[in-house]
Amino acid sequence: MRKLLTGNEAIARGAWEAGVKYASAYPGTPSTEILETTALYVDDILAEWAPNEKVAIEAVIGASFAGARTFAAMKHVGVNVAADPLFTFSYTGVNGGMVLISADEPGYHSSQNEQDNRNYAKFAKIPMLEPSDSQESKDMMKSAFSISEKYNTPVLLRMTTRVCHSKSIVECGERDEVGIMEYTKSLDKFPIPAFVGGMRARVEERQVLLKDFSNQTELNFFEWNDCQVGVIASGACYKYAKEVFGDTVSYLKLGFTNPLPDEKIREFCSKVEKVYVIEEVDPYIEEVVRILGFDCFGKNLFPNTGEMTPDTIRKAIYGKTFDHVETEASKVVPRPPILCAGCPHRGFFVGLKNRKNIVVASDIGCYSLGFADPYKVGDWCVCMGASMSSGHGAQQVFDMVENSNKRVVSILGDSTFLHSGMNSLLDVVYNGSKTVNVILDNRITGMTGHQENPASGYTLQGKKTKEINLEKLVRALGFEHVMVINPNDITAVQHALDWALSLDEASVIITRWPCVLKTLSTEDKNEFKEVFKNKCTVLEEKCTGCRACIRTGCPALFLDKANKKVSIDVNSCVGCEVCLQVCKLDAIVKVGV
Amino acid sequence: MTKSILLVGVGGQGTILASKLLTTGLMEAGYDVKMSEIHGMSQRGGSVSSQIRYGNRVESPVIEIGGADILVSFEKMEALRWLKYLKPTGKVVVNNYEINSMPILSGRVDYPAGILEELSSKVDTTVIDAARIATELGNFKVMNVIILGVIIKSMGLTEINWEAIIRENVKPQFVELNWRALNAGMNLV
Repeated sequence: MRKLLTGNEAIARGAWEAGVKYASAYPGTPSTEILETTALYVDDILAEWAPNEKVAIEAVIGASFAGARTFAAMKHVGVNVAADPLFTFSYTGVNGGMVLISADEPGYHSSQNEQDNRNYAKFAKIPMLEPSDSQESKDMMKSAFSISEKYNTPVLLRMTTRVCHSKSIVECGERDEVGIMEYTKSLDKFPIPAFVGGMRARVEERQVLLKDFSNQTELNFFEWNDCQVGVIASGACYKYAKEVFGDTVSYLKLGFTNPLPDEKIREFCSKVEKVYVIEEVDPYIEEVVRILGFDCFGKNLFPNTGEMTPDTIRKAIYGKTFDHVETEASKVVPRPPILCAGCPHRGFFVGLKNRKNIVVASDIGCYSLGFADPYKVGDWCVCMGASMSSGHGAQQVFDMVENSNKRVVSILGDSTFLHSGMNSLLDVVYNGSKTVNVILDNRITGMTGHQENPASGYTLQGKKTKEINLEKLVRALGFEHVMVINPNDITAVQHALDWALSLDEASVIITRWPCVLKTLSTEDKNEFKEVFKNKCTVLEEKCTGCRACIRTGCPALFLDKANKKVSIDVNSCVGCEVCLQVCKLDAIVKVGV
Repeated sequence: MTKSILLVGVGGQGTILASKLLTTGLMEAGYDVKMSEIHGMSQRGGSVSSQIRYGNRVESPVIEIGGADILVSFEKMEALRWLKYLKPTGKVVVNNYEINSMPILSGRVDYPAGILEELSSKVDTTVIDAARIATELGNFKVMNVIILGVIIKSMGLTEINWEAIIRENVKPQFVELNWRALNAGMNLV
């Protein structure tokens, strides 16, 4: 059966065909759809969102120890969070096969950095596979489980954005019901210093065996054509190179990339006159080629940042791209991402902006966009959950400065708070800074496309579950000053901020209103009555075109410069009433629909 | 010979459904097909693209600068933003529909004038008014399927059984509407 699948969908299909029983992940672009698609195999696979990537991989390690084939999936920076258990797992080895999928982002389309996670495979001394399209994504997922069990090791399957999100044709197979391996208690799974020596030695022995495998496996193969030029590439870069050179050059295509196949690289480099190593981000393959004593064109010719798309290769080698038509740059206005009409973060930002002596520690989520016009709310953003801890450290130092009256407001969303912000908030209450901590609770994981989380009341596979009560949670951590507000009520936002800033201790403000794009649950409908049911409209006779409403940054509002009147797009307005509240002329009114 | 179709627009305009129907049809017609999209942050009202390539054997899922046979823009200004990806001999189909980006909404700059003239002076350009036709058909959201009809006709893909593709991929109550929208699009070029 042939299907047109994205790389992410193909990974899920491969997991299913490989007999996977259990999978866990935390959403993150470009990895999210891997687990979402896996969750659809509800009769065969238990798929769960974990609160963060470290927890996801730990749950999966347990599932492997207990005997199931299992995988964890995450974006590249998620592997940083999960690195601690990963490195130990390399030592203990598996019972049921385990695959860690790292979805890297050359070109950082939706990420805070461009780290090359191939380095993790080398660092943790675990085998790595790199598919170049959807068919390989599915096939390599199955190979990865065999390798994992044969060599007693977790396997890193490294994807990149274009492999994750590109569709190509996949020949699908049936499920191999491998079942659950027997569980046997073993000290091999207990890395206290007395046992580490033995484990450590086994890891090195495994490396030797894996290098033999790397030299023998068909996952690393030659394509001999003219030998004047030879290209060494892995992943999407192989397809990009084929697009540019076709059958005019020879290829060493690498699918198994840790350890790299030294014998095959030697053979290839000896037979071709000129070697191009085409890879995105770091010179991971190039360094080995050079260590083996061969000169090559690598990062001295191709860029070390961004995607290695065919035009990039073409430009590096031939000095120019295909002929194309240039346009007048002045005719194209930038189109940065923006908060949606009806976004519950808008009311909060409108209530917070323009305050003096406020430093805002922001975090990863849609609310990162608050840094931009027209809010300019956000001084820094580091990584998931870092707002409250970096805010805490900053407040402690601001307080050391004489006559400083700077106050830090730390903001993050519900899912980011539960990911790792909770530990950061513990630091605030334990070490006692006076930060204002805001949880922008929009009842779902928003930016990645609406995944359930421990505060949403449902699991990934749609089961009703315990809903974590954020207010009770922060009170249990030891916070006495806690306020829950509706962020669309600007007066309530301003009042809450005034109150929090008047305190000489830390406080927590929880804004509670659903994301405008969320499919509302029964509980949401009961709690948020009238939500998204109304529209706002402008009374033309009262509007003077003062732009106060425009400065809320709502994309449903438009100022007609000619007649100096604002109009509201009825197709996008959901009646959040933020614009209505900032209009001093009462020119905006609510209309029921 | 590999053909490349570049669909561009603004997050939320429905480029994804259009590209899904198109790629499904191409696969069922026996072509090798690849399609690439960027998801995530840019979807929040940002500039988006779907890149579709088909032929006997397709390598890269990404269209390179100067590589597209046709550039189909769901929004006027986006056609100019992506124009460098079109072959100089390629064709532009542009929906005469404006979506203001934040610098325009906030009044700092105006929506650029003269875009259609600029396009027409440089490349083979067809202007369509999918928004008006969609409204006439009774549902603004079928703008994307009207545009799909334009692509099908422009690329000579009318032999594929699109009615069946729509039937397989669209909710039953919307099949008839989408089929009418597709035909309306095909009749525009």
